[in-house]
Amino acid sequence: MNAALDAAFARAQDEGRAALIGYFPAGFPTVDDSIACIAAMVAGGVDIVEIGLPYSDPLMDGPIIQRAVEQALAQGTRTSDVLRVVAATAATGAPTLVMSYWNPIEHHGVEAFATELAAAGGVGVITPDLTPEEARPWIRATDAHGIARVFLVAPSSTTERLGIVTQSTTGFVYAASLMGVTGARTSLSTQAESLVTRTRAVTDRPVAVGLGVSTPEQVADIARYADGVIVGSAFVRAVIDAPDMPAALVAVADLARNLAAGTRRA
Amino acid sequence: MEQMPDSSGHFGQFGGRFVPEALMAAFDELDEAYRKAKGDPAFLAELAHLHRTYTGRPSPLTEATRFSQHAGGARIFLKREDLNHTGSHKINNVLGQALLTKRMGKTRVIAETGAGQHGVATATAAALMGLDCVVYMGEVDTQRQALNVARMRLLGAEVIPVTSGSRTLKDAINEAMRDWVTNVDTTHYLLGTVAGAHPFPEMVRDFHRIIGIEAREQILEATGALPTAVAACVGGGSNAIGIFHAFLDDPVALWGFEAGGEGVETGRHSACLTGGEPGVLHGARSYVMQDADGQTIESHSISAGLDYPSVGPEHAWLKDSGRAQYLPVNDDRAMDAFALLCRTEGIIPAIESAHALAGAIHLGHELGPDATIVVNLSGRGDKDVVTAARWFGLADV
Repeated sequence: MNAALDAAFARAQDEGRAALIGYFPAGFPTVDDSIACIAAMVAGGVDIVEIGLPYSDPLMDGPIIQRAVEQALAQGTRTSDVLRVVAATAATGAPTLVMSYWNPIEHHGVEAFATELAAAGGVGVITPDLTPEEARPWIRATDAHGIARVFLVAPSSTTERLGIVTQSTTGFVYAASLMGVTGARTSLSTQAESLVTRTRAVTDRPVAVGLGVSTPEQVADIARYADGVIVGSAFVRAVIDAPDMPAALVAVADLARNLAAGTRRA
Repeated sequence: MEQMPDSSGHFGQFGGRFVPEALMAAFDELDEAYRKAKGDPAFLAELAHLHRTYTGRPSPLTEATRFSQHAGGARIFLKREDLNHTGSHKINNVLGQALLTKRMGKTRVIAETGAGQHGVATATAAALMGLDCVVYMGEVDTQRQALNVARMRLLGAEVIPVTSGSRTLKDAINEAMRDWVTNVDTTHYLLGTVAGAHPFPEMVRDFHRIIGIEAREQILEATGALPTAVAACVGGGSNAIGIFHAFLDDPVALWGFEAGGEGVETGRHSACLTGGEPGVLHGARSYVMQDADGQTIESHSISAGLDYPSVGPEHAWLKDSGRAQYLPVNDDRAMDAFALLCRTEGIIPAIESAHALAGAIHLGHELGPDATIVVNLSGRGDKDVVTAARWFGLADV
């Protein structure tokens, strides 16, 4: 468990809304620009930030994020750069997590990664391709450094698996809204709400819904039943569609503001 | 030898299951279906019937007498997987998994392919069993293996060129995983090698074990003794594990030959067991070609089927335990062996298999004239004729 992360969920709860969690890949379009984009997201109303660690084989990501991380890697973004983005983001006051496929963390060394992340002010890590069964060294290292672990649950998760996953989760539970990869969808399935209900039955940890969420209307729908709403590709798309960086920063902040308005429960 | 993998799919520190939670149910379903099928005489009989009447098993063991003269005089025998229907060993695994697909009540299969051999085999089995079939293939590979693209389309499969990343086999696997997680209710991912998350390395190996079982009987019948060594090429490692397995408990040297590309020292190769480090790629821990940050390094080989930056986890374990040995074979050595087999035996091998032939020439010189070497000739070279003609300057192509 991590106090800053729990406090962000508690504050949103007190204000009668869901927490808005924004994802952005480090190093896109450049390392410094990604720091500026994330600051704009936070200024616009994102409560919690997920910083994507660019990886060569992002098999849970759709085309938008794939393209962004390919660009980040082509420009030479390193794990050390990601930690620099974490430090800059943490300095804004927003609880800051890293979202990373497993191999870059394992190759860095799990103990070293947890140590350096904590030193940079990071509060947690989301690991989309690490199951609790393979996570023993990771659980030890994160516990030792007060880093929150976020594992995923999916509509296909059995009740038994929901128990296994949530027992190892010390941050929030990331509920995948649908079966698929990241990227905006025009409509979300009804699977998300029942997944959150099933997850709540086995854990007291906050539950946040992500995958495919891009509009204030979708955010408002999810805010009815979840503790947090996760938006990722839509922020990347806003940057891709902007003619230059100043315009991108305005677009990202506007998007964050509109999405944040959607988090307020009626 | 100890039973491998353990119940959670580990070969020592290698293997396991590093996959999105969304796919865990599908892996569990597959594992259960496979375990039931393995113990079901009806399933085994149906597979054996297909092997005999459709694939053309058993595949022969051919002594390569004239080729052997260029290998220090050692007797070299070829296990002729090139003579299987569809032209390679890949059909062994594909028929098994296609039968499983039907048992699981799924109607659609997806596959990745590098050289196209696994894609062709999958398209073939899908046609035979009335399944929808989509094959993901790196754009680079669709160009260098155009013949196999046409074959897959003739068989009714949809071939989707993959334009992300390095546009080769590893990216085709990423794209197939994305499809699978989206369509898992109707779709089985018919993985073509002994890599990936549990139970794929074990299941695909078991479907290919027939290669070694037959070869062991055939060499005993031909020579009255076990061979000195068994040699196979290793990309993902399915043909190698298939022929190795029946010899694991025998005093027989097991040699895997990786694609050395332009030379391991140049960085342009696919020899992850020689030039890689332990890491996690595509759902399993194994040897992976990766940089200081754990980013996958693009592999290179003249052979599309060996052009993969990791390897099945059981090979990683066999290497570390010392039971098997692995060496890189560079493009030029593989092509020399390719040409030699054509001219001495009248057999055009797949360029993948030519790596094993080059390895056998090396072993023959090391082991001397008393040695007997069984080489897994995993595929035929029709698909490689354009590449080879270009390499040797034989045609205006």
